[in-house]
Amino acid sequence: MKSTHAFKADHITAGYDQTTILHDVNVSIPSNKISIIIGANGCGKSTLLKTMARLIKPVSGQVTIGGKPIHKIPSKQLARVLGLLPQTPIVPEGITVADLVGRGRFPHQKFLKGWSKEDYEAVSEAMEIMNITEFADRHIDELSGGQRQRVWIAMALAQQTDILFLDEPTTYLDITYQVEILDLLTDLNRKYGTTIVMVLHDINLSARYADHIFALHEGQLVAEGQPSKIVTSSLIESIFGLHCTVINDPISGSPYVIPIGRHHSKLRKHS
Amino acid sequence: MIKPSIYPILSGRTKRKRRFLFVTTLLSVIAFALCSTMLMLGNTIYPVSDVVRVLLGEQVSGASFAVGTIRLPRMLAGVFAGFAFGVAGHVFQTMLRNPLANPNVIGITAGSSAAAVFSIIVLQASNTFTSIASIVGGLVTVTVIFLLSRSTSFSVGRLILIGIGIQAMLNAIVSYLLMIGQQHDIPTAMRWLTGSLNGAKMEGLYPLILTVLIFAPIIIALGKRLDMLELGEQAATSLGVDTDRTRLFLVVSSVLIIALATAVTGPIAFIAFLSGPIAKRLVGAGFSGIVPAGLVGIILVLASDLVGQFAFTARYPVGVITGIIGAPYLIYLLIRMNQKGDL
Repeated sequence: MKSTHAFKADHITAGYDQTTILHDVNVSIPSNKISIIIGANGCGKSTLLKTMARLIKPVSGQVTIGGKPIHKIPSKQLARVLGLLPQTPIVPEGITVADLVGRGRFPHQKFLKGWSKEDYEAVSEAMEIMNITEFADRHIDELSGGQRQRVWIAMALAQQTDILFLDEPTTYLDITYQVEILDLLTDLNRKYGTTIVMVLHDINLSARYADHIFALHEGQLVAEGQPSKIVTSSLIESIFGLHCTVINDPISGSPYVIPIGRHHSKLRKHS
Repeated sequence: MIKPSIYPILSGRTKRKRRFLFVTTLLSVIAFALCSTMLMLGNTIYPVSDVVRVLLGEQVSGASFAVGTIRLPRMLAGVFAGFAFGVAGHVFQTMLRNPLANPNVIGITAGSSAAAVFSIIVLQASNTFTSIASIVGGLVTVTVIFLLSRSTSFSVGRLILIGIGIQAMLNAIVSYLLMIGQQHDIPTAMRWLTGSLNGAKMEGLYPLILTVLIFAPIIIALGKRLDMLELGEQAATSLGVDTDRTRLFLVVSSVLIIALATAVTGPIAFIAFLSGPIAKRLVGAGFSGIVPAGLVGIILVLASDLVGQFAFTARYPVGVITGIIGAPYLIYLLIRMNQKGDL
């Protein structure tokens, strides 16, 4: 079982260059749960994720893990606790699947040393979880988008961190693969207790797969909590500006957002 | 106890490792053979026994001068410069994730040449001064290009474009200097344009040898981190690589070895550009390509120099031969990148 960490963002203000995107955000990540950050384009979802994963240095405020500011923890040491899969990582030319997954072992490897027994075990386990063992010696360029994404997640798993961040892991994937990836991540959370924090675009998949949702609007945290408690038509209206109705997902019972739009409505009048 | 599930991964990786080791050993053997050939071959061909005796410090009439004073420095200049160009080229291509990125592009060679030609033609300076001027010229040009390409965020495309612009400017200056220069200075100046192992002297080599012996190990030690940088800034950082510091060490070390190498041999065309991709094609991905790139650099320089010296009735400097090999590859690369839409 993965360890529990008090992982917090305290009064974070952050952005790129001169533009401030996040304004004074306080977030405490629930341990061993799946948290999903939702919000409209440009609301600061990715910025929050990246700031918490030390990819962006906040203008003010700090991110702490176990009470310790993350920028004070040595880079490699932090990488053994906290991993992040970026939205668009770059595939090195000619690399095989196993070698790419093996790059996730970097924070565990000693200076100038090759792969240890633990490295091989971690890589093979990560590949089994992601169901890509058969591709071990294939080149990444030969794989489909969904398979590739599984390879990237396997790389992040080989890192064996307690906390795993994913920046839009299902973007550009067909719905089948989106569900497959989210199911695999749920397995990971249920089986090992990995704390997962991700940004997702699809509000309904978010409501189904999240234990905890952070809703951002214009760089501020406007709501957080269990999806069933916080995903309401008024919340969706306020963060996305979308006129909608919320029903219960017939499969999972989680909230399901149905946009109303200007056409196609069978209701004469909606409340 | 080894878990059976690791075997498929272990076997694939072992196979790739064997290939890597085999190719690297083979490249070392070829490089060594070329070194020996360079010492034996010349106006007079000396047998291995004579060459070994000279290297051990014995006096052998004729051979001591030809091998010890002429051929040995020539060979060592080729070895250390070739290694430096190959390694630094690989570092820049990997770090900037662009096969067109090489030390020529970041202006170091153009800067070195311009400074050296200026020193020869305008200042009428000594060889030592010219070498120092070329090193300083190279370093200053790199700094200028990096500063210019560093607006709000760092972009490889901008770096390469600014590099090409500055290079064109420096080349114009060189052409102008060659036009106003005195006739007897031109041959000396030309060496700074094509690159040549002619006239390499032992005492001139020590700074290069020392720099390579210090900084090449640093680059090799950072090999794994360099490969991590290939995954992109965010992935590398998340995996615990201190990206800014790694890049700084790699750039400074590479720029230094290449500046010193250029000061000895002049800019040998295309070595930095060709070595990395050739080595990578041979060893495959998965293991650091730094040492193989350096070995390919040595092989290209020594083999081209042998061809330039002995294959034709006239003797050509090494840079002319590498230019002939390199140009078609550049065209091939441009066509391929264009097809892939990378340009």
